[in-house]
Amino acid sequence: MGSARLAQLNGLFAAYKPPGLKWKHLRDTIELQLLKGLNAGKPPAPEQRVRFLLGPLESSEKKELTLTATSVPTLRKHPLVCGPAFTSLKVAVGHRLDAQASGVLVFGVGQGRRLLTDMYNAHLTKDYTVRGLLGKATDDFCEDGRLVEKTTYDHVTREKLDRILAMIQGSHQKALVMYSNLDLKTQEAYEMAVRGLIRPMNKSPMLITGIRCLHFAPPEFLLEVQCMHETQKQLRKLVHEIGLELKTTAVCTQVRRTRDGVFTLDDALLRTQWDLHSILDAIEAAAPRVAAELEKSLSLGLDTQQLPSPRWPWDSEGLSSALGLESDVGH
Amino acid sequence: MALSAQQIPRWFNSIKLSSFINATQLTKHCTRRGKTLLHGFSAQPQMSSDNCFLQWGFKTYRTSSLWNSSQSTNLSSQENNSAQSTLLPSMNEQSQKTQKIPNFDSELSLEGLDDLPPLSPLQPVSEEEAIQIVADPPLPLSSFTLRHYVDHSETLQKLVLLGVDLSKIEKHPEAANLLLRLDFEKDIKQILLFLKDLGIEDNHLGTFLSKNYAIFSEDLEDLKTRVAYLRSKNFSKADIAQMVRNAPFLLNFSVERLDNRLGFFQKELELSVKKTRDLVVRLPRLLTGSLEPVKENMKVYRLELGFKHNEIQHMITRIPKMLTANKRKLTETFDYLHNVMNIPHHIIVKFPQVFNTRLFKVKERHLFLTYLRRAQYDPAKPNYIALDKLVSIPDEIFCEEIAKASVQDFEKFLKTL
Repeated sequence: MGSARLAQLNGLFAAYKPPGLKWKHLRDTIELQLLKGLNAGKPPAPEQRVRFLLGPLESSEKKELTLTATSVPTLRKHPLVCGPAFTSLKVAVGHRLDAQASGVLVFGVGQGRRLLTDMYNAHLTKDYTVRGLLGKATDDFCEDGRLVEKTTYDHVTREKLDRILAMIQGSHQKALVMYSNLDLKTQEAYEMAVRGLIRPMNKSPMLITGIRCLHFAPPEFLLEVQCMHETQKQLRKLVHEIGLELKTTAVCTQVRRTRDGVFTLDDALLRTQWDLHSILDAIEAAAPRVAAELEKSLSLGLDTQQLPSPRWPWDSEGLSSALGLESDVGH
Repeated sequence: MALSAQQIPRWFNSIKLSSFINATQLTKHCTRRGKTLLHGFSAQPQMSSDNCFLQWGFKTYRTSSLWNSSQSTNLSSQENNSAQSTLLPSMNEQSQKTQKIPNFDSELSLEGLDDLPPLSPLQPVSEEEAIQIVADPPLPLSSFTLRHYVDHSETLQKLVLLGVDLSKIEKHPEAANLLLRLDFEKDIKQILLFLKDLGIEDNHLGTFLSKNYAIFSEDLEDLKTRVAYLRSKNFSKADIAQMVRNAPFLLNFSVERLDNRLGFFQKELELSVKKTRDLVVRLPRLLTGSLEPVKENMKVYRLELGFKHNEIQHMITRIPKMLTANKRKLTETFDYLHNVMNIPHHIIVKFPQVFNTRLFKVKERHLFLTYLRRAQYDPAKPNYIALDKLVSIPDEIFCEEIAKASVQDFEKFLKTL
């Protein structure tokens, strides 16, 4: 029964990491809870083994001895002798979150760990809400770091902030096009740019595809950032730089990931739901969306690869390998 | 039946360890079966007991298998197993490899003599003799698990039926060796009866023995003395049973050590005798654990957190676990309660269970109440929320009664933290 549920435990799911918890501890907690759920199933029926026993032959009166095969119970596979059936489980983590950040954290179990690599190679964007505080500057850009500077912020208005954010988005848009290695003069690239589908499909520094201010009440402000290839520390540095652009200083009080690829806040499991049953349900719910997104990204990847070099026709090997990949991902 | 299978183990056990079977004697045993085997042994020059054990066990394995088959008329499978079992545990995990190898080398030449004269493999053998050759695969000489021996050892089988977790015990090799060598009837049964007299129920014996397998190496008289000492300190029978169940290693401590521990708690906490007794009954691992964390925690409460002595006494009689709590968690919880939630000392003293809860629970619920503007911890003002209601009740009741919101709202709020 446990092995049946282990067979179902293949895929991706998302958990909500609370602030103050290291991602490794969360991964270990999830592994322990899954093992607890798997070992809690019904114990298997007691095993028997065949032994050849010497006994008298009933029919003859001469007391002949003969070997009879009998099935006797054995304690060799008893759980108290062998220990629990499942002792370790491979759980992998997607894009990590540092200890002070919170939000959606994607995990992969079993065959889903392969999908994590595919998700990474799909280079999907992530959404964050970043809370900032004007008037302070610290060494690690967090509120509880060592204070470096204190400034006034009365001159800061909503328009100034929006102007700065628009400037940031514009410069990052240029960088997006540059890192995606697309020749914008072609028709296909232009169409993709119009639809907003340009993004780099290999390594690049942090790129912000969208940034806007949700709430401004000095000294606090709330930003929504859509970005890729980022770390949370770079986001905090971004807040610090926004403060510098506004001719004041700012620290970051909260970094919260609201979306990672396909997984949103609604899909994220809270602490009370970190158990086998909820995780199995979450995997099942997320599986079709993940497959669809990966297929889309893969086809997009194929298109962009062909664009810069239209002279070479489609290679037979390239085609078959691409198709092979697609069928793998689709399952 | 002249010699039943039950008699076999006792007889073999009574042979001195130093008896060493010569190869010539062994060949005689191979030909003749039955009672001649009993007279064939003679004392030979001594070797170290470990080596003796090993070789004696190894050689008699083959002879006993032939001998057992001759007594086969009334033997059941269990008896067969138990006969082999008392021999086979002798060659087990404890014998070190370094000792094994030189012994075998020196004996190889003698071992060859086993097969040659009377029983050549090419010699035709009658049907009855052929049936009686027992060719079970031999048990491993050394192993890292008890799985291989459990079917052949009555002791281990009875322990598994009691509920002892052998998979935990096999992680300690000396414990596993001990269990293999002990005889159920003689040693283990007495201690089990003693534990039952003490008041431990049958279904708890398994968990007790899984933790404290070392009790089998204790002397029964010592155990009785310790229980008598505890009775003399006015611990009731039920109290002692509860203490032993919650702290399995209690009876392994000598009387002086128990006395020292009880004296320490009485002096340190300055509680009355009755209260100290209640404290120890509720948390008996105070007697078995280390005293350093307790001393450190007392200092933390007095100096770092700033509680007065009578406040500490009150908190400890309510929640004994505070004495062994982790210092870092204590200071973090207190820091949050006092500096962020602004709760003064005298209210924390009234609800010491906040030190027993996880910090994230306190934080989440406090932030939710702050968001709903219901965070009022001052008893003098209206809408007061008691700390024990904050931490000690499950989520659904907390949301309904204290926060006056739904559980979905609480979950949505948690996702905004």
